[in-house]
Amino acid sequence: MISKRYAGLLGLAVVGTLALSSCAANEAPAASGNSAGSASTLSGNLTGAGSSAQGSAQEAWIAAFQTANSGVTIAYDPTGSGAGRETFIAGGSDWAGSDSALSDEELAGTFASCAPDSKAIDLPTYISPIAVIFNVEGVDQLNLDAATIASIFKGDITRWNDKAIAALNDGVNLPDTAITAVHRSDDSGTTKNFTDYLNKVAPEVWDQPAADPFPYKTGEGAQGTSGVVDAVTNGTGTIGYADASKAGDLGIAKVKVGDEFVAFTPEAAAAVVEESPLVEGRGANDIAVALDRTTTDPSHYPLVLVSYSIVCETYADPAQAELVKSYIGYITSADGQSEAASSAGAAPLSADLASRVATALESVS
Amino acid sequence: MTASTASAPAAKQRPGDRIFSGITLAAGSLILVVLAAVAVFLVAESLPALDAGPDDTKGADNFWTYVGPLVFGTLWAAALALVMALPVAIGIALFISHYAPRRVAQLLGYIIDLLAAVPSVVFGLWGIKVLAPSVQPFYTWLSENLGWFPLFAAPVSGTGRTILTVAVVLAVMILPIITALCREVFLQTPRLHEEAALALGATRWEMIRTAVLPFGRPGIISAAMLGLGRALGETMAVAMVLSPSVVISFVLLQSTNPTTIPANIALNFPEASGKFLSVLIATGLILFVISFAVNAVARIVINRRKAFSGAN
Repeated sequence: MISKRYAGLLGLAVVGTLALSSCAANEAPAASGNSAGSASTLSGNLTGAGSSAQGSAQEAWIAAFQTANSGVTIAYDPTGSGAGRETFIAGGSDWAGSDSALSDEELAGTFASCAPDSKAIDLPTYISPIAVIFNVEGVDQLNLDAATIASIFKGDITRWNDKAIAALNDGVNLPDTAITAVHRSDDSGTTKNFTDYLNKVAPEVWDQPAADPFPYKTGEGAQGTSGVVDAVTNGTGTIGYADASKAGDLGIAKVKVGDEFVAFTPEAAAAVVEESPLVEGRGANDIAVALDRTTTDPSHYPLVLVSYSIVCETYADPAQAELVKSYIGYITSADGQSEAASSAGAAPLSADLASRVATALESVS
Repeated sequence: MTASTASAPAAKQRPGDRIFSGITLAAGSLILVVLAAVAVFLVAESLPALDAGPDDTKGADNFWTYVGPLVFGTLWAAALALVMALPVAIGIALFISHYAPRRVAQLLGYIIDLLAAVPSVVFGLWGIKVLAPSVQPFYTWLSENLGWFPLFAAPVSGTGRTILTVAVVLAVMILPIITALCREVFLQTPRLHEEAALALGATRWEMIRTAVLPFGRPGIISAAMLGLGRALGETMAVAMVLSPSVVISFVLLQSTNPTTIPANIALNFPEASGKFLSVLIATGLILFVISFAVNAVARIVINRRKAFSGAN
């Protein structure tokens, strides 16, 4: 009797193991196709954490990279930019994904993942345009400038037929309905870049500095990008901001740059990142971009989010450095960027910026 | 045989008895250890929050001015939900216990219990996808016609994701627990009381008013308290549906709503770091204390009428 019972348990365990392992085996080849070479000799584990904006792109990158390098296991935990940097600094991960570059204080400290006395560098690896989305009955096209957007989200403009909006939209029949401005209720890099844009371009209206939480107590909050898109879609007279790839069928406002109204395109988003100056006072290989939000070149779309991969200049373990270099190298390659464009709607890095990142990455050891 | 069992009925302790009683003792003390561990964790992690400044609390002067509006929002949302759920729950419970035919009553009882099994995420999705858009036109009407009433002041939210919608979702969520407890209490009304009332010429409604409700009052109160406890701690549905701000405001239909402690933790925790993390955990401690107090009050009320209460 007893042996029979144990046999049953054993059988259950075997079946369970099989079921679980077959699950795991299914995951790797899910995004097969671009096998960079089955002769890869890389092996090991790589862990990263940080920006949730990069989350879906990271999933696609990891799937593709692991297919090409079957000996490598990569894990990315989208805990948020701040937590990601903290984990990396404390030595809990090999690289961090972050929507903002390392601060000067963080750079002044030590990095537990890196070799002693070695610092970390910021590499821009993910660019996502932010769209101003709206849902107003009878309105398909909307032109806005930064000051008007700021007034709407601050709550100074409360109706759609306000003079300020009408002045920018000749010939559009704006209804006399209330505006519900939807912002992110959770902390988010999207909010930080959105408010940074408003603060830089229209500081007389938007008097709060860029920050992850939405700074004013007006308007409506919604959880996550999907929450904002959902609220704008289901509401009446709503306006919000979200990663452009998630905007769906909603109306997308054109933003005034210089004298023209510019719709977002991946090229325009990449262009503004490429032509923006770097943050001063950083190491030679640190590519922290000081985004030129006030650009007047109509081929630029300044409302973008730039997300970084933060890696060590020198790793304590050379093998780990090799892994990081090849993975981040793949991310910034043309292949990796087009993977992110198709899976996450990111704007590919321009060729020039990609080659600068590649050069910086070469120095990592 | 008979003599030995009569003289020493409980003398023989087999090893199995001792092991089993040991296991139950361990299980019983484990729950105390877990509770103590949670309390110790919360207090230890919250201590740094006490001297938090504006930088750590998103602009509030100190921890207490930050947590104040959150406590208000938590209590306000739960109270609104309770006001909506309690009369309905009592009605359903009375229908099941005194009005419905037996088979209908049984079926209805099962359905109410099933409602308790719906995960709160599903309630959240329902609230955001179905309820909020469908009540929004009603809110607009309410504000246009009854806007003079302070609770319904304009401007109305364009999405319907207000604290009133949240309260409706919460009310649906706490309905099963209140109904189930009330039903049990009402069923325990002594048959003699009911028949005496009827014999004196009372109609069925008068019988319920004079015999069932007074008898069930402690049970109703404790059921309401347990429902309140669930509403206080509800996280997911509130985080998904509500358009939150950290403010004190009684207005029901606007975009700016006071948020609750659990929803605020859920929204801010993923990106929190440093002292703000301690502040969030400290707000969790406050919630722990509040729900502990609510449950304690419920227990006290139940214990006062221990013999008759259905909650034991």
